[in-house]
Amino acid sequence: MARIGVFVCHCGENISATVDCGKVAETVGKLKHVAFSTDYKYMCSDPGQTLIKDAIKEHKLTGIVVSACSPRMHEPTFRKAAAEAGLNPFLCEMANLREHCSWVHEKNEMTTDKAIDLVRILIEKVKINSALQPIRVPVTKTALVVGGGIAGIQSALDIANTGHKVILVERSPSIGGHMSQLSETFPTLDCSQCILTPRMVEVAQHPNITLYTYAEVESLDGFIGNFTVKIRKKAKSIYEKDCTGCGLCTTKCPQKKIPNEFEEGLGFRPAIYVPFPQAVPNKPVIDREHCTYYLKGKCKVCEIVCPTKAIRFDQPDEVIEVKIGAIVIATGFDIKRSNFFPEYGFGKYKDVIDGLQFERLASASGPTSGAILRPSDGQVPKNIVFVACAGSRDPAKGIAYCSKICCMYTAKHAMLYKHKVHEGKAHVFYMDIRSAGKNYDEFVRRAIEEDYVNYIRGRVSTIYERDGKLIVKGVDTLLGAQPVEIVADMVVLATAGVANPGAEELAQKLHVSYDSHKFFAEAHPKLKPVETNTAGIFLAGACQNPKDIPDSVSQASGAAVKVAALFSQSELTREPLVAYVNRTSPPMYSTCVGCFLCQSVCPYQAIEHEDFKTRDGKIIKTVAKINEGLCQGCGTCVALCRSKSIDLHGYSNNQVYTEVVALLNDY
Amino acid sequence: MKIGVYPGCSLTGSARDYNESVFALAKAFDIELVQVPDWNCCGATAAHNLNRELSLSLPARILATAEKNGLDEILVPCAACYSRLIVTQHELKKNPELKNRINEIIGMDYRGTTKLINVIEWIDASIIPNLEGKITKPFDYKVACYYGCLMVRPNKVLNYDRAEDPQTMDIVMEKIGAHALYFPFKTECCGAGLSVSRTDTVSKLSGKIIEDAVHRGADTLIVACPMCHSNLDMRRPDINKYWKSDFKLPVMYVTQAIGLAIGLTPKEVGLQRHFVKVNIS
Repeated sequence: MARIGVFVCHCGENISATVDCGKVAETVGKLKHVAFSTDYKYMCSDPGQTLIKDAIKEHKLTGIVVSACSPRMHEPTFRKAAAEAGLNPFLCEMANLREHCSWVHEKNEMTTDKAIDLVRILIEKVKINSALQPIRVPVTKTALVVGGGIAGIQSALDIANTGHKVILVERSPSIGGHMSQLSETFPTLDCSQCILTPRMVEVAQHPNITLYTYAEVESLDGFIGNFTVKIRKKAKSIYEKDCTGCGLCTTKCPQKKIPNEFEEGLGFRPAIYVPFPQAVPNKPVIDREHCTYYLKGKCKVCEIVCPTKAIRFDQPDEVIEVKIGAIVIATGFDIKRSNFFPEYGFGKYKDVIDGLQFERLASASGPTSGAILRPSDGQVPKNIVFVACAGSRDPAKGIAYCSKICCMYTAKHAMLYKHKVHEGKAHVFYMDIRSAGKNYDEFVRRAIEEDYVNYIRGRVSTIYERDGKLIVKGVDTLLGAQPVEIVADMVVLATAGVANPGAEELAQKLHVSYDSHKFFAEAHPKLKPVETNTAGIFLAGACQNPKDIPDSVSQASGAAVKVAALFSQSELTREPLVAYVNRTSPPMYSTCVGCFLCQSVCPYQAIEHEDFKTRDGKIIKTVAKINEGLCQGCGTCVALCRSKSIDLHGYSNNQVYTEVVALLNDY
Repeated sequence: MKIGVYPGCSLTGSARDYNESVFALAKAFDIELVQVPDWNCCGATAAHNLNRELSLSLPARILATAEKNGLDEILVPCAACYSRLIVTQHELKKNPELKNRINEIIGMDYRGTTKLINVIEWIDASIIPNLEGKITKPFDYKVACYYGCLMVRPNKVLNYDRAEDPQTMDIVMEKIGAHALYFPFKTECCGAGLSVSRTDTVSKLSGKIIEDAVHRGADTLIVACPMCHSNLDMRRPDINKYWKSDFKLPVMYVTQAIGLAIGLTPKEVGLQRHFVKVNIS
């Protein structure tokens, strides 16, 4: 006979403020088969767990219902406690009295009644729960890192240095990401490339890292420890083994006027190109969209000049399939570039540029070799205006969040300008200066106090052109909202940091969640900032939200540790909440009729065929079978099965009906 | 083709030139404009500053009257009237309780089924597609299109063009052969209702608009709002006094420009009524 224990948690005051926990415990304690019932302030605390364990032993409980918060929060805690007291963990159920009841209702009798109902239905369910055993699966000890910016590089190196294999996939022809575009970095003003390129080279040379540039993730199957990923290696149109990287082809290519992505459109590149001189790998690719041969059918100058005959015009894309155990997503971010602020004239006036463009202007390897020159006429701007929060913290027009990095890079930009144009005047329009970080505020003060950057607290209403000058109209809110008008030669907009194009598509391919801004979503905003909701997939860097370099690197190392911890186990256990196809005695073997409709709807390709054969090998019957490793327990096959032959461990039809019936019946 | 029209006070008073050009255009394109019978004041700038229910009741009565008379679509040439009417429609749509209260006040059954169109939407839908072969005198002038505030705002309610740097009027002008200049003051404030009480403010604000258009070599300003027109045209002597200048830049309604392009006479489109002489014919 069932002996059920009920443990009602107050969750401090989270539940007890609106639900009468004592009454809940008392009422359900009188129900049939309830052998023990109590309430306690913090069930998840050590004494709370001890209370549960002692009650299980003392009252010889056959099942327990912990009535507390969401099972997403503490189900593992209480199932572990049950197991420690000798009770199968799947005989522990959680009634969600917090998210489903106390947090969403007023304090009154009905709320307590609802809480009693929530507990009651789970008492009925747990009575018919079966003891389940965890599923054990092996671990493939190779990691996939998606994205070769600083976060991806750091993660790949950290994982590789623990002795595990890493596959690094980068969409563009070179690793390096946005960091390789930056001129100098805050708060130390050291050169970005100088600290980055040694890491890039290390990636290329590391024996544990396989680098695929100009490649993208095509699809992902499987689950933690056992993923299968398809990677599309886009045709580079060169045979890399023969290419020596001499660069002759890039100098002879007749297409020379293609806007250079690396230079943010401030320079040009040929159709066969290496994105930048320090690129890794330092071998060119042919941009088929712009190459004369692909457009018009003739040219082939690169093929003619190539000393090693490495050009391959007919090279196809190659899709490879690799088995991996864990994934780090490090696809980075982008900045808003469209003309979403028509009043600022971005895209209309050549001398209104964005932050990344200014980085290229200030970079020694940039289009002006580091001289700050106006894009329109190549003159040195004497008066420059920086607009912070161009789109950030602006729910009406841009995005509601703070892009985090702009205050710091704007201070850096203003400083770099002043260091290069001594007689020039730099003005910064800002809302607030957000410079939390080690040595960050000191850096901003230095810009104001030592480099005499004119900080104006207020927003810019409009920027327009008149007689070759840019008129910047704004307001100084510290001088009583006094209108300010600056006649500028150049304006730099700190446009909002946004998700990378294609982030949403990638998230769907990888089955991980993302937020309304298309940034990848962490499993918990505070306690699981590196994990995603999909086990075995981790986040690093600005693909989660805009981040600066130190933050990206820290998180990348954090993700690497998570991967290393996963790979330190020889096998993984996972919850046995999976579907199963029933088996009966011969000659029926199963009520499954082998229609395999379930196979067509399974999102995880978890349904296989099983043949029952006679001794001489003749097939008597073919029925469906669930691959426990792949099944995620979604239940789609259960709903679809015409002969009701499939059921779900832990959430069987019978268990669910029992709950419904319990709810309909009085007690 | 038959369509309702709500003139409001301006088009029967200070903006008769606008009214004449709208009706002249409609006639030229075989569009019958039916005035909303027994129409009342839209509330203008005063009502919504004083009494919310009044500011919604006045437009609601106009709209209910239009519904009663089977006018499914109403052209509202005045930008301010248009704003009052469409904001009322928006407010009452999202708040059914308020709608019941307003119906009680006006003693009519307002349902909110009338489609409101501003003058540019009307031109886009009914004039531009039938323009072929009609242009006898291409409007070959450099124009600065001035939208003011109410043509495109509040953007969330109107959902029309871009609130900053709108383009619809520029496109219309290009269609009749004009060269629409780059004009950053196209949505700057003209002084609006201060036209009566604080002419000095209007002189300063409207003066900036005129000055920039002149500086960019415009032959004329193009507007679609009676309030803007009176500030930029009627208040020109004050502007010139304030700016110690002698700006002669004419200010024309978009409908007048189209009228001239299809061969209507200056008088047919009411140009003789302007304070600043229009040398364009």
